[in-house]
Amino acid sequence: MKTVSIQVESRTERLIAVRDFVSEAARAFGFGDEDISKIALAVDEACTNVIKHAYRSDPTKIIRVNVIAGTGTFEVVIQDEGLRFNPTQVQAPDMKEYLTHFRRGGLGVHLMKSLMDRVEYSIAPGKSNELRLTKYLPR
Amino acid sequence: MSEFKIGQREVENVNILELKGYLDAHTAPKLEEAFQSLLRSQRFRIVVNCRDLSYISSAGLGVFMAFIEDVRNAKGDIKLTNMSPKVYNVFDLLGFPLLYEIFKDEQEAVTRFFPKAK
Repeated sequence: MKTVSIQVESRTERLIAVRDFVSEAARAFGFGDEDISKIALAVDEACTNVIKHAYRSDPTKIIRVNVIAGTGTFEVVIQDEGLRFNPTQVQAPDMKEYLTHFRRGGLGVHLMKSLMDRVEYSIAPGKSNELRLTKYLPR
Repeated sequence: MSEFKIGQREVENVNILELKGYLDAHTAPKLEEAFQSLLRSQRFRIVVNCRDLSYISSAGLGVFMAFIEDVRNAKGDIKLTNMSPKVYNVFDLLGFPLLYEIFKDEQEAVTRFFPKAK
């Protein structure tokens, strides 16, 4: 098991650094281009949610992204100390209804769930919120 | 900051937005401004050429959602063209091809605004 981490300020201009960091780790782990793109996008969506919802766009806050490379299992754990925002409880929108009513927002959660194999959320009381995104290496 | 750029042109009275680079929560406001400025000047025939768009997240998709209704109410449309398979996949995952006309090629999209007059 190998863990690498990056810490960034809660600002949207830092998303690119997070995507680069996660992409590089996913490539080193053995994923192909398509899976690397999916993982980077899912992590971008997760961090965007933290910036906008957990931290309400307060740029002084910190987001920590840990990549845990296990045996065939690639986990990205996104930690924040902001307001609780549990994306796993956001109902997947009925896309047909969604599109015909020209809604916006909530798409990120739907994407995360479609792009990754598992999405889990946990709270360490008084400490941090954790979103764990998992993808298995195809055999 | 050169991670996202928008070029604007006009072809046969159709407004072309050329997107280049990375469209995420940080750069999406730029695209929002571009649409706002088109709508303010009553330009509702819009083709978004995605040839040089390397990346899109839901923040970018949300911008298209935000304007499509107003544009169509004004008898215009937002049509999308020249997407890489990677960018198309993201649109496709969310079912956007149901709502937007997506073309391989810009000219095809432009022509679509002018039904053959016979």
